[in-house]
Amino acid sequence: MLEEVLATARFNPKIDPVLSIWDWRIAVYLFLGGITAGIMCFSAWAVLANKEQQAPFTYWRLSLWGPILLSLGMTTLFLDLEHKLYVFRFYTTFRPDSPMSCGAWILIFVYPAAIALILATLRQGYPLFASWVERIPMGGWLLGPLMDWAERYRRAIAAWNIPFGIALGIYTGILLSGFMARPFWNNAILGPLFLVSGLSTAAALVVVAAREPRERHLFTRIDVGLILTELAIVALLLLSLATGARMQQEALATLFGGDYTIAFWLWFVTLGLVLPLSLEARELSGRRVPYALLAPVLVLAGGYILRRVMLDIGLEVNWTQLATQFDPALLQRLHP
Amino acid sequence: MKRREFLKISTALGGAAVLPSALLSGCAEPPAPPGSGKVTMTPTICEMCFWKCAGFVHKEDGEPWKVVGNPEDLHSHGRLCTRGTGGLGAFLDPDRLKRPLLRVERNGEQTFHEASWDEALDYTAEHLKRIAGKHGPESLAVFSQCFGAQHFRHLARAYGSGSFAEPDYAQCRAAREVGFFLTYGETIGSQERTDMANSRCIVLIGTHIGENLHNEQVRTFTEAVGKGATIITVDPRFSVAASKSKYWLAIRPGTDLALLLAWMHVLVTEGLYDKDYVARYTLGFADLAKHVAGHTPEWAYLETGIEPETIRRTAREMAAQAPATLVHPGRHVAWYGDDTQRVRAVAILNALLGSWGRKGGLYIPEQVELPEYPLPAYPEPKTTWQDAHGGKYPFAYSGVTNELIGQSSGPDARYKAWLVYEANLPVSVPAVAEQIRQAAADLELCVVVDTMPMEVTGYADVVLPECTYVERHDPLRNDPQRRPSLALRVPAFEPQYDTRPGWWIARELGLRLGLEKWFPWKEYREVLGWQLEQVGSSMAEMERIGLKSFPRRNAEYLAPGEAYAFPTPSGKIELSSRQLEEEGFDPMPRYTPPEVAPASFYRLIYGRMPAHSFGRTTNNPQLFQVMPENCVWVNPLTAGDWKLANGAYVRLKNQDGVVSNRVRVRVTERIGPDAVFLVHGFGHRTPRMRLTDGVGASDNELITHIRIDPIMGATGMRSNFVTFVGDEA
Amino acid sequence: MTRYAMVVDTRLCIGCGDCVIACKTENKVPDGLNRDWVMEATHGRYPHLGTEFRSERCNHCAHATCVQSCPTGASHYWGETNIVQVAPELCTGCKACIAACPYNARLIRPEGYIDKCTFCVHRVEQGLEPACVSTCPTRCMHFGVLDDANSEVSRLLASRDSYCLLPETGNEPQVYYLR
Repeated sequence: MLEEVLATARFNPKIDPVLSIWDWRIAVYLFLGGITAGIMCFSAWAVLANKEQQAPFTYWRLSLWGPILLSLGMTTLFLDLEHKLYVFRFYTTFRPDSPMSCGAWILIFVYPAAIALILATLRQGYPLFASWVERIPMGGWLLGPLMDWAERYRRAIAAWNIPFGIALGIYTGILLSGFMARPFWNNAILGPLFLVSGLSTAAALVVVAAREPRERHLFTRIDVGLILTELAIVALLLLSLATGARMQQEALATLFGGDYTIAFWLWFVTLGLVLPLSLEARELSGRRVPYALLAPVLVLAGGYILRRVMLDIGLEVNWTQLATQFDPALLQRLHP
Repeated sequence: MKRREFLKISTALGGAAVLPSALLSGCAEPPAPPGSGKVTMTPTICEMCFWKCAGFVHKEDGEPWKVVGNPEDLHSHGRLCTRGTGGLGAFLDPDRLKRPLLRVERNGEQTFHEASWDEALDYTAEHLKRIAGKHGPESLAVFSQCFGAQHFRHLARAYGSGSFAEPDYAQCRAAREVGFFLTYGETIGSQERTDMANSRCIVLIGTHIGENLHNEQVRTFTEAVGKGATIITVDPRFSVAASKSKYWLAIRPGTDLALLLAWMHVLVTEGLYDKDYVARYTLGFADLAKHVAGHTPEWAYLETGIEPETIRRTAREMAAQAPATLVHPGRHVAWYGDDTQRVRAVAILNALLGSWGRKGGLYIPEQVELPEYPLPAYPEPKTTWQDAHGGKYPFAYSGVTNELIGQSSGPDARYKAWLVYEANLPVSVPAVAEQIRQAAADLELCVVVDTMPMEVTGYADVVLPECTYVERHDPLRNDPQRRPSLALRVPAFEPQYDTRPGWWIARELGLRLGLEKWFPWKEYREVLGWQLEQVGSSMAEMERIGLKSFPRRNAEYLAPGEAYAFPTPSGKIELSSRQLEEEGFDPMPRYTPPEVAPASFYRLIYGRMPAHSFGRTTNNPQLFQVMPENCVWVNPLTAGDWKLANGAYVRLKNQDGVVSNRVRVRVTERIGPDAVFLVHGFGHRTPRMRLTDGVGASDNELITHIRIDPIMGATGMRSNFVTFVGDEA
Repeated sequence: MTRYAMVVDTRLCIGCGDCVIACKTENKVPDGLNRDWVMEATHGRYPHLGTEFRSERCNHCAHATCVQSCPTGASHYWGETNIVQVAPELCTGCKACIAACPYNARLIRPEGYIDKCTFCVHRVEQGLEPACVSTCPTRCMHFGVLDDANSEVSRLLASRDSYCLLPETGNEPQVYYLR
């Protein structure tokens, strides 16, 4: 029998007893980063594959959502920082070894590409809004020529949006998988998983927001493919954990009878993947489906739940276990 | 480990309130490295326990920074222990006593009124004068602990009291001092005169050096461990010392004397004792040999549970390393009521091994010959603590706390007034809860001087707040050591709030009592200055260096073949004690088996942890962060029987039905299935100590059954048993 | 890279926590936060037991993943050594370093920046040892430069059996424990 216990009290907030450094703020950011990646990829693909007739919403209107949702995500990201007034320090240096530094700069380059695509489609996608922005005092006049330019080079701009969108989607996974110290995350498959999930949530967004039945049908089909891919990747993840070292196996145990069993299998896999998949398949086969919006909404929820579950498990599965001998709440007596 | 609840989606948007404060935080400049400001060092003597290590208080830009040991001090070699390093916590503790308090009655309720010093001192003096007139000054009992008590013992002696008691006596080490005094004519002393750095074999009987953090003891013990010395630890619990031992004898509690007698038997029958030493320096060997003849290892095995072969092997190993073998005298030895005799056995064993006065055993310490400040002789008190003992405890050298407390209530009480200095009687003295309550009702005056609002202040009429040790002068430290030295305590800070140094309080009371003859100086530093000049030093020098060493006058060890006369009646080490015999006690230790636990009860074993000095430090904000509570150690088998989970909270109920405060369970193999272990000093019940109030269980509350040593009055505390009851009170 | 290492002799460590308090007072660590701590490991079954104590802290890894993962350079090496420091004025509080540390040795200060054991670099600069090492009452802690073959730490590691925590992480931790 091995009893390994702290002989002195230790309760560093957010570190003990379990790391709780990244919560819903980061899960929301990862979700919104993923969906933005999907938005960029699909709106760019619609342009490059000439889907103007089949997918008008995606072609003309989807791209605006990208920077809006991404900015929302970056707001929650900012909220997560403990030392907020120094946020600018992300941009006074570039550290290629740090996935977070790469991500900070990727975000910078994502904006021009996404905004350029918006400018290339704004007049047709949101005509009232486009004429309004051109009339903004002290600068609105610039947007006219910019939109002209963007419309002329729309295809090139769309081509640039694809790699940036993919980079954004994958990097949200690399952000987590780059930590050797967190055995549950340390798996290259997280990048593709988050990318596919991001694409899937963007597809679900189109199904919700688009009006053309043909467009909704197209993206439902796309989403079915993406969900199947996602299921395959999740299976690979589980396999990787099962054949991994002790820490990985312990992580897997939390999904099979452990604390995260319900969260993972019920909320994520069933409600977030399998149920929407079957609803979408049913719809595609022509049969009527009650609550047509149910499937995409479940997909969207599933996207958030995936990231939340991955974060929580990853922070809890540690190389180091520090069992305490003392009630941590007692240390709060120091701060009445 | 409590896992976060998953999917608290409802809290997702709770971040709105966080935003403003979150933005405001974190615009600070990076802090300057510690020590880059203006640093001053002031010499002090640590007061966190009674080891009194010399050190320096470091201040940075006038603010408290840290306390560090004085490298010249043999007590610590410049390294303060956990408590000492956290000493400024006592200074910074927001719960410390701040103003004098007087008990008043308001609207039928008793409460404390914050008074001025004049009010409080006048009140005290007035009452003391009245009591002296009505009952005589000998009716004042003084309970004290710690270094600063000297000011108040001096006051009380000048006043005419002769009754002094310290918990350190009957509750701690006095049985050891008497046991060794009866054998060698000298005591072990408070800096134990152990030469462990040179020992090649150390035997610990219950002593848990390492959790008991007496600085030099720990340092020399680990030095011996580092040098590969054989450590033999006799302890029912797997102490830290046991974990560093070659032999851990997990003895049945209460049977140590059987083991000691068996060891003596082996040494005597196998001729392994130091024949020359015994012939030269001891008396009564023949009697001893006859006495231990029947105490074979086989006999001892039945009592102690220790294999006979182990007993023989360890005895031989002790002999092989002698005279650099030390059977450690221990410190807290008030266990079973036969403690003087058990310590006598330890003393005798050391004599058989020839370790007294030898390298690796017990060295001969020396003090500085420091003149006392010239003062008139004290008046002869009409009665003293000895009278309180009423003929019991013939070998006592100080008052037994329990006796003096017990004679403080009722119309014919011997004591009508108490002066209590830094002695938290309800937490330190066992089995007197009722007597303290009655005394509190009957005493005409109860004065408490303390730095913290300990439980005992709740019984006081007057509470006089002393400042902490870093805010005051105190007597020079002149402890017997390997090398004589004097250490000086100088205030590093002005007394905070409205507190005062003990010497000032004693003097002010003395002046009001007409005792100015005994306080001819204005400030205590005059006394210190005078004393230092007598030995060729000065305040200026000592304020700079903190500690001054002096050369020894005599040798540290006995020279081979030296004709040394021990200060006993016979001039020899008395293996068989005629003094004891004459008072009707066994001349040589006799073993009696311990009490057996009632069914479903477990013996309560208590002890120390390095972060705390009993109950004095549990509220220290720095030490609190190292160890905020005590846990009850429970063996996994016991835990299984009672379905106790690690980290759960229970209450302990003792054999007399007393129920403890809730305490956290620690399931560990380090304690056997027949006992439980608690660290002493927790379970405080005083809301004014906000960190530690209600935290942990008090072993003292559970020690209701004491077995008093008839030889000198020690209160044996290890015959209490507990069982488990639910957490709800 | 000059390698500073700390060596803890578990044979002599009694788990007293003096190192914890020494660090707190020397470095003025805010209440409730710990840069170092003591672990107690007991194996066996009563009465056949062994207990070991370890004073633990940031391991100042020679190949620190926390330094790699920091996006702003706040987490950096002091000079050309392995002593890992945090520059508060560069720290955004993103906590990537906390996620990157396999030892959970880092903490978040109330001011918002990340903090941890600094090997008392302000003392090392003056040729002194870290506070924990200088205060340890059993002298079981040692500190020095491993590149110097005659340093105490080098000699101890050469002559005694030792281990460090989680070497399999590949971080090359520089706090060693003598068996």
